Amino acid sequence: MTRKVVITGLGATTPIGGDVPTMWQNALKGVSGAHTLEDDWVAKYELPVHFAARCTTPALDVLSRVEAKRMDPSTQFGVIASREAWADSGITEIDPDRLAVAFATGIGGVWTLLDAWDTLKEKGPRRVLPMTVPMLMPNGVAAAVSLDLGARAGAHTPVSACASGTEAMHLGLDLIRSGKADVVMCGGAEAAIHPMPLAAFSSMQALSRRNDDPEHASRPYDLGRDGFVMGEGAGALVLEAEEHALARGARIYGELAGTSVTADAYHITAPDPQGLGATRALKAAMFDGRIQAEDVVHVNAHATSTPVGDKPEYTALKAALGSHVDNVAVSATKSQMGHLLGASGAVEAVLTVLAVHERKAPLTINLENQDPEIPLDVVTSARDLPAGDIVALSNSFGFGGHNAVVAIRSV
Amino acid sequence: MASNEEILAGLAEIVNEETGLAPEAVELDKSFTEDLDIDSISMMTIVVNAEEKFGVRIPDEEVKNLKTVGDAVDFISGAQA
Repeated sequence: MTRKVVITGLGATTPIGGDVPTMWQNALKGVSGAHTLEDDWVAKYELPVHFAARCTTPALDVLSRVEAKRMDPSTQFGVIASREAWADSGITEIDPDRLAVAFATGIGGVWTLLDAWDTLKEKGPRRVLPMTVPMLMPNGVAAAVSLDLGARAGAHTPVSACASGTEAMHLGLDLIRSGKADVVMCGGAEAAIHPMPLAAFSSMQALSRRNDDPEHASRPYDLGRDGFVMGEGAGALVLEAEEHALARGARIYGELAGTSVTADAYHITAPDPQGLGATRALKAAMFDGRIQAEDVVHVNAHATSTPVGDKPEYTALKAALGSHVDNVAVSATKSQMGHLLGASGAVEAVLTVLAVHERKAPLTINLENQDPEIPLDVVTSARDLPAGDIVALSNSFGFGGHNAVVAIRSV
Repeated sequence: MASNEEILAGLAEIVNEETGLAPEAVELDKSFTEDLDIDSISMMTIVVNAEEKFGVRIPDEEVKNLKTVGDAVDFISGAQA
């Protein structure tokens, strides 16, 4: 008998809200978190992209100055989201040897790394601070969360670019099913709104250049889409063995019914145009969760708003769900908060859990002229999800050909 | 050239910045590890910041001899002379 895994706590800090209630309210209202960057480095380095989606609540409004000093900004966001999820779960007592962490990042401590490089060049090696290495390492966020919660059943950092946050859920499910842990703090964190990553993503033509209108730049499925909008933040979910949650009378948001990870083995950055890897991931997550196409009522799509990325996902959804794809309410929430890279899967999983729990689909904004080659039923105005047993899927795909899917079932 | 009082005040500011300890808790007879609970990574950060602030060099092998705040004040004062 496979252990059933449920979700009992949610946390987030994002460009459309510094906590879960604010984010959810805005996600249903339809707001844009993208704004012009006021930083002097935009002009100094002549960046081709002048906007991004920053977190609405600065980390220093939540963490103490001394706490924040030892954390890269990505880790700061991760710890903030993890604390909210932990408090939300209501867990007061836990055997630390049964509590694990699976907290992802796509890029890791890029601010710390590049600040230290600047310091080395300007002031010499003596001024490179001793906390540099633990702050820049990609496992820094998982380690900080483990320290913060006293979690001793392992602290893992799945790294698969923009699929990282979703892969963390895949790993968390495995850790509980295989009996290695009873509770897992899962999540993803990213803070890469720095001139170098902005320049690098621009140079590969991945970012929107709608500099005169940032709020309308992230427009998945729209004919006028021209790239994604860089976001930042973190999402966190407390996964718990069902029997553990029931024993303590926990509030259960939903079941993490199935997950999957596949690889395209097609191209380092371009998605397989047939969406074959994504199709296999969708089918595998549905098989894992014993889910029929007809059970699926909602999809939180990866949909980054790039010209090449949005369509293969549609092809994959059609292949996995058949004609039922027409009955599925699809939300592209990156239209609101931009692309949180390694955190996106975690934040979108939080939204998907809430969609199932609250029976409401978050909005897709900026869809004015829907690409006729992507005839999905996109949620652009308030939409209730049906009563009864329902399933929602959340997809994430990452450079490197990584595909990851999670399936959330109502309880 | 800073007086010992100025060096103490400057160190207290650096320690506060790194650890959040109140500046008035940083007194000459306090041990960095025992009394102020400063670990080796924070100690190195404090040393590097003190070097910049006071324009001195504190060799790595000297750091382990700086047991108390007073030791650090004396060393910095001597190094400035």
